[in-house]
Amino acid sequence: MVFAGFMFILAVLFTVSATDAVEGAGPIRIGLTPTIPNDQYRVIEEWRLYMERELERPVEFVWRNSYIETMDLLRAEKLDYAWICDYPFVYFKGQVKLLAVPLYQGRPYYQSYLIVPAADTETTSLAQLKGRLFAYADPYSNTGYLTPRYLLAQSGEDPDHFFSKTFFTFSHRKVMEAVALGVAQGGAVSSHVWDTLLKTTPELAQGTRIVSKSPEYGFPPLVARPSVSETEFRTMQKLLLKMMVNEEGRSLLRRLNIDGFIAGEPSLYDRVDQMMQVVGKK
Amino acid sequence: MRSPFDLSFRLKIPLWGSLLIVVTTLAISTSMMVQAYNDVRSDLVSSASSLGGTLAQTLFPAMLHDDVWQATEIIRASLHGGRESNVLRPELVFVLDREQKVFISSQPQTLPLLADIRQRGEEYRRLVDWIATDAGLETRSLELAKFHRIYVATPIVDTGAYLGTLVTVHSKEALLARFYSVAWRGLGIGLVVLAILLPINWFWGRRTAVPMVQLTNSIVDMAQGRASHLLPQNYTHRDELGRLFEAYELMVEFLQDRARLEQGMIRAERLAAIGRLSAGIAHEINNPLGGMLVALNNFRRRNGQDERALATVSMIERGLHQIHEIVNAMLVEAKGKARDFAPQDVEDIHQLLAAETRKCQVTLQIDSNIERPVPLRATLVRQILMNLTLNAIQASDRSGEVRCTIHIAGDQLLLHTENGGKTIPPEVVDHLFEPFVGNRESGHGLGLWIVYQIVTQQKGQISAESRGGVTQFTVNLPLGDPA
Repeated sequence: MVFAGFMFILAVLFTVSATDAVEGAGPIRIGLTPTIPNDQYRVIEEWRLYMERELERPVEFVWRNSYIETMDLLRAEKLDYAWICDYPFVYFKGQVKLLAVPLYQGRPYYQSYLIVPAADTETTSLAQLKGRLFAYADPYSNTGYLTPRYLLAQSGEDPDHFFSKTFFTFSHRKVMEAVALGVAQGGAVSSHVWDTLLKTTPELAQGTRIVSKSPEYGFPPLVARPSVSETEFRTMQKLLLKMMVNEEGRSLLRRLNIDGFIAGEPSLYDRVDQMMQVVGKK
Repeated sequence: MRSPFDLSFRLKIPLWGSLLIVVTTLAISTSMMVQAYNDVRSDLVSSASSLGGTLAQTLFPAMLHDDVWQATEIIRASLHGGRESNVLRPELVFVLDREQKVFISSQPQTLPLLADIRQRGEEYRRLVDWIATDAGLETRSLELAKFHRIYVATPIVDTGAYLGTLVTVHSKEALLARFYSVAWRGLGIGLVVLAILLPINWFWGRRTAVPMVQLTNSIVDMAQGRASHLLPQNYTHRDELGRLFEAYELMVEFLQDRARLEQGMIRAERLAAIGRLSAGIAHEINNPLGGMLVALNNFRRRNGQDERALATVSMIERGLHQIHEIVNAMLVEAKGKARDFAPQDVEDIHQLLAAETRKCQVTLQIDSNIERPVPLRATLVRQILMNLTLNAIQASDRSGEVRCTIHIAGDQLLLHTENGGKTIPPEVVDHLFEPFVGNRESGHGLGLWIVYQIVTQQKGQISAESRGGVTQFTVNLPLGDPA
């Protein structure tokens, strides 16, 4: 009995320590998507070291080329957190938990830009691109996919047959490249990426021309898998929100071309939800 | 106009040499340039083929998934990197799908996606026709000269499934630029070679031609009877040309000898004929002359002649004696006692001529190596020496010097006289030994004729030379048997 009791205590202890190892000691894995405007490996690495110091735990960033891959990893619990787009957040509603919303120009919003090659001085609306080649960013991107399709559906066009051909570049930046190069005659990109590249790589941004801007959408959020413990969730959220108030954090934010993070509300993304209802999940 | 083949060797040898050098240099340069162009082109095609092969492999999955952007990134990567002026880098890369529509293109502005390439002008129509001719799986190249481009087409195939064709287009401008840089270098080297070889050729050609031309001119002169020696040191090498020069010199010597010989023979024959004629005449005159003198003698012995008749006979007799003397002088005959010529005779001559030398104020130097009698008839040798030396004294300038040499040389007696004074004209020298030709107003003009007759009768030789104010007579007499 005594032995059995001892064994029980041992088993409990072992289980607790094993859980601790998963929850507290192992590396935190954060998924990244092409939401990040530029290939800012250096600032991301510095951000990772910043997090490690703040959390006193190893942090890993996991890069994936498409939203869906990141989402799959998140749903398979291979990731703890991810910086995704607003559209997958809505698409996989309930399967992820809103962690933080970046502030861009002081507000948690961004837009979709309809762009054409700079040489094209005639196009003034999406409707004029009928029968042309169009570059999408990612099938799970709002500003780079859902928005133009929604606008077409709104105007009574069939988004699947409006363009002669469409293709995905799996990156907002590459949509800009494809348009600037003339591979596509039109494209849709995140305003955050376009604005950021106008500062960092002006020759690329200037190779394109903004035809129209969409209404504002909630900024691509950082999300957590639902199984992340409350404590850890709060710790991580606190870390992000706190970045605005210390110098190192502000420096990192500046280089990421955002102003900070807020906790945010899922209702920020209601507009995307409505658009998705119109266009359908495809 | 003269044919270039008729030009002088002076021009022809350097010109032909230069032409050969230029043609050879051009031929070598051209072949090197063609080789260089082919090398550059073959480098380009092989590099483009290997690029095409690699790209086609990576493009297959992108095309299979209709991933336009990935495919675009793949071909864009092939256009970057390396040096800016990389000749091997394609100017344009595009992929055609199975319907020959543009799947992707590195220059979408000029060759947009989905465009039917057949509609993009003759260049692409011909290209597509060429691609369609053989749907093999090999990388192939095509050059459309009109468009200054080289096209390399690689089928995008995996396990026999054909998705389209990758075409890399290379501008010939870059190819030509590289070729021109090679060509300019080649041209520079060619010019340096020409700059070295042409002057050498010109120098050597003239060096060979100038002596040949001189030789030719001399031979032409020779053919026209003006054989003359070439300038010494004209050509000093021992090659065929050098031997030709030697042969020419020998030929000139031979011809001059022969000319001299011919002249001598003609002169000797002429003198012999004159001798025979004069001897004949002398005999014919001497016979009646003797009769006439006897008759006159008889006439005088007869008494009863008046003074005037005797005076007339006497005058006729003197005239006849003079004729007799002259005729006898022409008939040179060995007369008198046969005595050998001795050193004393030399002394005698000196004595006999002393009065004349004083009269003419001339110094006479007789150089003799005769120490004992020589086997020649003294009267004849004395006659020769007297005549020649007397002539020399009389022809000499006032206060001049006359040299007379009497030497035994081998089996010959050599007599030589030399005096200064007026040069005897060559046309007179030729007839000097004929009777009545003397160069002087005094004398009967038979002195040298007599000398000549004696010398030829003794089988000797005589020659006269007058040049530059010096007149020389040379006599060779073969020694006979002692008396």
